[in-house]
Amino acid sequence: MTIKSDPHKCSQLISTISEYVEGTLSPQLCADLEKHLCDCENCTIVVDTLRKTIDLVQTCTEDDCLPNDVRKRLYQRLNLDDYIFNP
Amino acid sequence: MTEPEKLPISVDALKRGDRTEFARLVDEYSLHIYRLALRMLGNPQDAEDVLQDTFLNALRALPKFEGRSSLSTWLYRIAVNEALIVIRKRKPQVSLTAENEDGDEGENGDEMQIVDWGHLPESDLLSNEAKQHVNQAIQQLPETLRVVFLLRDVEGLSIEETATTLNISQAAVKTRLLRARLRLREDLSNYYHERIQAK
Repeated sequence: MTIKSDPHKCSQLISTISEYVEGTLSPQLCADLEKHLCDCENCTIVVDTLRKTIDLVQTCTEDDCLPNDVRKRLYQRLNLDDYIFNP
Repeated sequence: MTEPEKLPISVDALKRGDRTEFARLVDEYSLHIYRLALRMLGNPQDAEDVLQDTFLNALRALPKFEGRSSLSTWLYRIAVNEALIVIRKRKPQVSLTAENEDGDEGENGDEMQIVDWGHLPESDLLSNEAKQHVNQAIQQLPETLRVVFLLRDVEGLSIEETATTLNISQAAVKTRLLRARLRLREDLSNYYHERIQAK
């Protein structure tokens, strides 16, 4: 399925969607877009899945850790061996 | 039990060559720098090289640090530059000021994938295969978009901090962030659409 309903309004939403999901869009534009979202199922899906995309990336990266061997070699390279376990 | 609040890192102590303070700096930022480099480069060995070079360069440059940006922004900038050196060795044409990423063209919504995959259960959204796909999707972004996305949405820098780190305008950050997010959304929509159809 592709966005085809009222393409002008849909395009307007797409150009401001980033600021909308961050909550930094101006109140007037925000109200306009929320009105449009009430009538446009496609744009509602785009907004929801954009939010979900950002959430997913953050969830996938929050478990990242610095491998112990990488950390050890870093401290050795910086001549900080004596701080490896107790900075 | 809550952990005791860490004291802010002292720039003065760092500039005096205080090793304990430098070790605290390394401890606080090494994961962030490694993660950024790993996601920018997609290669653990390259990411480790960038991690080491970032702190070595920081150590050398500390006496000249004027504090016009925060320590974290300064470190991220060194790391991004180091990662770009690696990327340029692979693809010499890459530039962080690529004009074609900041124009008005593109992302007009004419041909977007409309699949309501947000309702999928977590076991599908966050399966090992899905996580791998998310990582691949980030890797497939153009470097100019990827670095903005990583700094803002993964490392949590503000628009202003991201602009300062990359020495580009806030408007350019917003444009690139929008494009990065939309491209990732499109990629994940295609991916989850296939999963939904396969059920």
